[in-house]
Amino acid sequence: MGLFDFLKTKKNTASIAKERLRIIVAQERTSRGAPDYLPLLQRELLEVIRKYVSVDVDAVKVDLVKDGEHDVLDISVALPDGRPATA
Amino acid sequence: MAEIIVITSGKGGVGKTTSSASLANGLARRGKKVAVIDFDVGLRNLDLIMGCERRVVYDFVNVVQGEASLRQALIKDKRFENLYVLAASQTRDKDALTKEGVEKVLKDLADDGFEYILCDSPAGIEKGAFLAMYFADQAVVVVNPEVSSVRDSDRILGLLSSKTRKAEAGERVREHLLLTRYNPQRVEKGEMLSIADVEEVLGIKTLGVIPESNDVLDASNKGEPVILAGESTAGQAYDDAVARLLGEDRPMRFTQAEKKGFFGKLFGG
Repeated sequence: MGLFDFLKTKKNTASIAKERLRIIVAQERTSRGAPDYLPLLQRELLEVIRKYVSVDVDAVKVDLVKDGEHDVLDISVALPDGRPATA
Repeated sequence: MAEIIVITSGKGGVGKTTSSASLANGLARRGKKVAVIDFDVGLRNLDLIMGCERRVVYDFVNVVQGEASLRQALIKDKRFENLYVLAASQTRDKDALTKEGVEKVLKDLADDGFEYILCDSPAGIEKGAFLAMYFADQAVVVVNPEVSSVRDSDRILGLLSSKTRKAEAGERVREHLLLTRYNPQRVEKGEMLSIADVEEVLGIKTLGVIPESNDVLDASNKGEPVILAGESTAGQAYDDAVARLLGEDRPMRFTQAEKKGFFGKLFGG
């Protein structure tokens, strides 16, 4: 730290690091222990749905949720506003 | 009963072997009978850090494969007579270790009166790392205050809570955070993750904080674990960690930036 250091504006990179870690760690913890086939299942579901409806890539969500003793496969599809596509 | 402690991290180069050597020496200095095992088959290094590299005749793989007895393979430390090293094999591949073989070695060490068995894990999350942690009662997760190290450690914490003998029995491995290469000056300037930041992200308690120090390289150059360098802040911080491992309550040291005098502030340094 020198006399003219205050002239330099330095970003607090530690807080950026912490925020990035908080997000990625939380995300990786939720997918931990989930079966390996989930990403593939998600992709194939998306392909099938797209045959009938025009949806975004992130419209299909596949999660494994614990419900007491059971594992529940939770699939949600967000349909676009307006009329469904005619195929 | 022997206490089995894995020293692990996921990421390489964060200080697992340095920490294993220092913790083992610290425990031995307090009179405990200690064995420290190098699980990094093919890339043995604990022997160098412990300064016993020229005395390796038989190794861990030889014992697991039944080619040598445990007694033949254990290398007695030259400083503490209650400290022994089991070196990794330098020539075999990592598949040479088996779960049953490792279990037998650990059991034989416990039967032989060892109180602490430290398992120095290889980097990564493959077989060697898995075997190093599988039988552990406690885990020391070595972390640098840096994003990739913290993320990888979280991955390791996930494995500790699912892929260990304790986890399979519905119990928990006791997890400790060991922060190494900590630079209080940089933390104060907001350039480095703080102890609280890392604790918060990982959700585990700190066993020790080892300040970044030139003494660590000096120590490994000499083959004399840094904990034995009495004047060294890193050495003293390791000794604090050992004391906490044994249940002592010690305040953290060397975690605040040293206050600079007026001239220091003026001219930097």
